[in-house]
Amino acid sequence: MSEQLDLLPGYLTAHLQIALVALLVGITVSIPLGVLAARVRWLEQPVLGLASVIQTIPGLALLAIMVPLLAAAHLPSIGYLPAFIGLVLYSVLPILRNTVTGLATIDPALVEAARGVGMTPRQRLVRVEFPLALPVIIAGIRTSTVWTVGMATLSTPVGATSLGNYIFSGLQTRNLSAVLVGCIAAATLALTLDGLVRLVAIGWERRRHGMLGVALGALALLYLYTGVTLGRELVQARQERILVGAKTFTEQYILSEILAGQMTHETGMAAAVAQSLGSTVAFDALRSGEIDVYVDYSGTIWATLMHRETGATNRSDVLVEVERFLRDRHGIVVVGALGFENAYALAMRRAMAERLSIRRISDLVVHAPALSIGGDYEFFGRAEWRAVRETYGLGFAAQRSMDPSLMYQAAAQGNVDVISAFSTDGRIAALDLLILKDDRGAIPPYDAVILASARLQHRHPEAIDALRRLVGTIDGDTMRRMNLAVDEGGQSPGAVATVFLDALWRKP
Amino acid sequence: MIEVRRLTKLFGDAPAVRDVSFAVSAGELLALVGGSGCGKTTTLRMINRLIEPTSGTVLIEGQDVSALSGHVLRRGIGYVFQRVGLFPHMTVEQNVAVPLSLLGWEAGRMRGRVGEVLELVEIEPALRQRRPAELSGGQQQRVGVARALAAEPKLMLLDEPFGALDPLTRDRLQRSFLRIRKRLGLTAIFVTHDMVEALLLADRIAVMKDGRLVQVGAPQQLLASPADEVVERLLDTPRRQARAFDELMAGVAR
Ligand SMILES: Nc1ncnc2c1ncn2[C@@H]1O[C@H](COP(=O)(O)OP(=O)(O)O)[C@@H](O)[C@H]1O
Ligand SMILES: [Mg+2]
Repeated sequence: MSEQLDLLPGYLTAHLQIALVALLVGITVSIPLGVLAARVRWLEQPVLGLASVIQTIPGLALLAIMVPLLAAAHLPSIGYLPAFIGLVLYSVLPILRNTVTGLATIDPALVEAARGVGMTPRQRLVRVEFPLALPVIIAGIRTSTVWTVGMATLSTPVGATSLGNYIFSGLQTRNLSAVLVGCIAAATLALTLDGLVRLVAIGWERRRHGMLGVALGALALLYLYTGVTLGRELVQARQERILVGAKTFTEQYILSEILAGQMTHETGMAAAVAQSLGSTVAFDALRSGEIDVYVDYSGTIWATLMHRETGATNRSDVLVEVERFLRDRHGIVVVGALGFENAYALAMRRAMAERLSIRRISDLVVHAPALSIGGDYEFFGRAEWRAVRETYGLGFAAQRSMDPSLMYQAAAQGNVDVISAFSTDGRIAALDLLILKDDRGAIPPYDAVILASARLQHRHPEAIDALRRLVGTIDGDTMRRMNLAVDEGGQSPGAVATVFLDALWRKP
Repeated sequence: MIEVRRLTKLFGDAPAVRDVSFAVSAGELLALVGGSGCGKTTTLRMINRLIEPTSGTVLIEGQDVSALSGHVLRRGIGYVFQRVGLFPHMTVEQNVAVPLSLLGWEAGRMRGRVGEVLELVEIEPALRQRRPAELSGGQQQRVGVARALAAEPKLMLLDEPFGALDPLTRDRLQRSFLRIRKRLGLTAIFVTHDMVEALLLADRIAVMKDGRLVQVGAPQQLLASPADEVVERLLDTPRRQARAFDELMAGVAR
């Protein structure tokens, strides 16, 4: 728990940097837009309609969609920018709608009175209409504040640190206290900001200058803090920092920490981790140079990027071809293989396998029509699944997508019969599951390989050297043990990585 | 001072005001009288161009009002609204100061003038920091008059200013308005549907019906020779009330 709380200042600051700035921009965009829509009648429907459509896009999808859009525009597509733009879009509707409503519902007699005393349209807006609509507009700002702060937790999967780091990594590594800390912190922040905005409104309406001053002062301080830290980070970003990517599962969290720790240790350069990137997001980010290094698996690149029909192939042949492909086609450097494979493998309860005498996937074929299969979100869309199905002629009674962290438990408890397990997951042995032999070689080998950008190699060959020292240092058992320490042992990926690195550095 | 020539307003195809002409000389108070919907408010609003006339002209001191931009024109004309029209988010003082700040008065002079007009309409200092919602209907209407008077306008337009008040309050306000008018020598056009009010306050009365002007004249003139049965009927009510009252008083005296 205290380990979680140590992370709070960093996550909270990052969260504020996204949410507060997005909110400020959202307000400055949506209020003038609302005034315009209230003035120019034909604009009202299209503007409100568009904002409503944006609002109906699920939050996670809205942020995720920014990644390819920004990439297509050759802008930084992971990290702060996609999260920021997504949140700004999301924050607009409540404020926009309330601005339009607030202005539209002003007593027309008062608008007439304002004209009658000789106000110009602009004076009317500034002195009468806007102040009268303000309580409604502030209600919109409050709604938007709560939404934006909550939704900023979804910045994590697009590569921006936020309180969502607690939630996403906590869910993946089954660390309930991390999830709780993240939820409570985000909720507290949302309520605090909402409360401050409310105090500003009350102070203004009832002319309680003390209250108004305190609330505005508190908000100003928060913005000042956010601005200063953001500015400092921008300056630091100019100085160099190596960014390590991590996909959304325990092993990746651990490996990214190991990579970052190793480079910092050997080169003295700062290295940070961008957590919980989607599989293709990570690859694209490396290709575009937004992250410098991450770990991927040879078979994944073989199947999803090279579109190779799989078949019996040995580990080193695949490695050689993948390396050549990445270098020639994408300018990506394969630093080397870590020493273990994390393959997609079909697994089932040992007891059930023994009862049905299943040891190989071939043995599964006759029983499959009576069984169900569970896979992670990607699995059923991947080339490997197609290859397995076609090679063996497998057909299951039912198939279910689920979170990889829940998959093993689901198999152990009999909620599904077969799962697409990751071979390094410590829970396979812990939960007494059996991996079925891929006897016809439908699934390629999955060596864990360190991928680095050409830029990193060019600018910091010493960092590549540091990484090269990791090659061959992690075997399958070591990886399984480290995964289990996080998934079942309740340790954090960072702590497990530190233990590993300490041992590594102590070796002569 | 002010001359209205052949003023006409159509809302779509429906005529609200038809071919209305009259003149008001400096220092005079004209009452515009007629039943509900006969076009009084519309006529008044065309004078300060809150509504643009379909045809016809309004001249103030010989100048066509359409030559000025609307907001500049309106800053020089006091307007008291039928429904109060005070700004609810401003204090009494801020409300009264609005026309002055629009004219760019500096703060000290503005403060002095606001105090002056509020005194004139008998709003005591304790009420001046309040919001309109914290005042009685009569007090609100006084503040409305003060706001219209603040910039020392050449012309005042009042749209049923006392219509929504109880009889006692209305009487007090009418008398105080008369006093103010005498003191300032105001030129004013005053809309009312109440002939008694018109007879009491106005120098001359203009009677409207269905958007047309039926008769314009001094109260005595109307009483002596009403132009048609519309005017007659309007005068009937106060006459009957006065007669009934006299009989009652006679009974009490006996
Ligand atoms: N903005 C408007 N649009 C359409 N018709 C209107 C409008 N304002 C007034 N009218 C119509 O014009 C006529 C005169 O209205 P008004 O001048 O307000 O009457 P009064 O003040 O004498 O009661 C009425 O029939 C009214 O319905
Ligand atoms: Mg009227």
